[in-house]
Amino acid sequence: MSVPMVLAENVWKSFGHNVVLRGVDLRVEAGQVVVLLGPSGGGKSTILRCINHLEKIQGGRLSVDGTLVGYHERNGKLYEMKVSEVAKQRSNIGMVFQSFNLFPHMTTLENVVVAPIHVQKKSAKEAHELGMTLLKRVGLLERKDYYPAQLSGGQQQRVAIARALCMQPKLMLFDEPTSALDPELVGEVLDVMKGLAESGMTMVVVTHEIGFAREVADLVAVLDGGVVIEAGPPSQVFNNPHDPRTAEFLSAVL
Amino acid sequence: MATTATAGEPAGVRRGERPPDITAIPVRHYGTWAFAAVVIYIAVAVVVSLAKNPNMQWDVVGEYLFKPLTLRGVVVTIELTVIAMVMGGFGGVILAVMRLSKNPVLGAIASFYIWFFRGTPVLVQILIWGYLGALYPSIFMGLPFTGLLFGSWETSAVIGAFIAACLGLGLNEAAYDAELVRAGIISVSPGQSEAAYSLGMPWGMTMTRVVLPQAMRVIIPPLGNNTISMLKTTSLVSVIGGNELLTRLETVWGQTFEIIPLLVVACIWYLALTTVFSIGQYYLERHYAKGASRQARQPKRGPDKPAGLVTALETEATAIPEEHR
Repeated sequence: MSVPMVLAENVWKSFGHNVVLRGVDLRVEAGQVVVLLGPSGGGKSTILRCINHLEKIQGGRLSVDGTLVGYHERNGKLYEMKVSEVAKQRSNIGMVFQSFNLFPHMTTLENVVVAPIHVQKKSAKEAHELGMTLLKRVGLLERKDYYPAQLSGGQQQRVAIARALCMQPKLMLFDEPTSALDPELVGEVLDVMKGLAESGMTMVVVTHEIGFAREVADLVAVLDGGVVIEAGPPSQVFNNPHDPRTAEFLSAVL
Repeated sequence: MATTATAGEPAGVRRGERPPDITAIPVRHYGTWAFAAVVIYIAVAVVVSLAKNPNMQWDVVGEYLFKPLTLRGVVVTIELTVIAMVMGGFGGVILAVMRLSKNPVLGAIASFYIWFFRGTPVLVQILIWGYLGALYPSIFMGLPFTGLLFGSWETSAVIGAFIAACLGLGLNEAAYDAELVRAGIISVSPGQSEAAYSLGMPWGMTMTRVVLPQAMRVIIPPLGNNTISMLKTTSLVSVIGGNELLTRLETVWGQTFEIIPLLVVACIWYLALTTVFSIGQYYLERHYAKGASRQARQPKRGPDKPAGLVTALETEATAIPEEHR
């Protein structure tokens, strides 16, 4: 069997006394689109942030593409990674945030190329070519010299996706990418994400967009109380949920 | 019913058409005018009394305003201000980053430094640097407790009045700027560093490329304030013979007793320098404001349409007929 892109085994995470993840198991194969659903506070965003080590896990094992996140394992012992190694690991994982987090002092194109140029040490020419291709792909090439404040929320989020893609990651994480958008702008972002899924990108998406999950996801995992209470193909989870809490959650959002 | 609906409207105005702009008689602020008259009366009285006062010795002011001696003092004042602010700025960034770092040793060092240099008067610090020779008559370069020695110099030869003045002002300024920079760094949303980290940027690059450029917007106004304050604080180095503007004028009035006109010369120059620095601050603020406003400025390499207009058209696209887009 091939190495899974993301493998979480019994992952625990707490903030002080507040235990947020209580043994999460999740398996994402390369090329799969996995949508994480569940009530707020269920741990969806936290597991996503653990995958690129923005949060440290306290128990269990979490690996991306066969490599432990944030640790080296030698002779059965775990050694914390150096900061530079963590950064290198993160550069292979793209992340899109609910609040976009574009760099406001840089133009659209500068936002997209800053990491390829300074982290991957690509030549400015190569980075700009790739950046323009990606901006074209998200439909914003003509906005390349605009600052984020001059763009609508939907446009900003599309730039944020292009920025993450410009690092040519093997995995993309989306943390409620459409939750901060006006309803009429949600569609343009979801369209970009659908296109990305069709191109074969491995994606883990935290969202409340049930329609997107139904249409695009290979696997839907429902988190509640810090554990995955149900996981399966969307048709099964939506039409025939095993867990009563899933049914309860779905009836609340649908 | 139709007559009541149109009763309030002037003739010739129809519903749906834009009416002519309102022309109304504005409220008269008689109190403001009276107050202004009193203020102007007092101001004129003060100016006339100053201008006519023979003790002002305006001819002496004119004589010394552009004398080489004065101008050399002005140059030293500018040099001291610039050097102290550059030392303060760089020192401040280093101290602020140390205070915010997770390394407890670095944090403690920075906190101690800020505590000491903010806690003692800058005049005392300038005096200490000026009279360092009394504490350490010579400066050694080597490893303490090992007997290794690379060289030794007389303190007074290495640290002259100018160097002592720079050290006194610059090191003190660093302590104050550290808190300014720290406030600026804290003001940048944590999401910005998270976005930088998730792009694989290490901590240092996140600081220099993402956090500090945004912090600058918050830092510059108070930093400009400190610069103007520094311009005048340089006059304190007259206690160690710093040779800046006020020291030089002091030596003159020590011999000629033309105290008032020379103080006027000093005021004129300090005001002029403050004005120049304020203009510099305006342009610096404008530089770091890029991207901060929706419509203030056009994109860098201009596209064919104005930015604000295109954005407005884009977001309100549904409301605008196709032919106008």
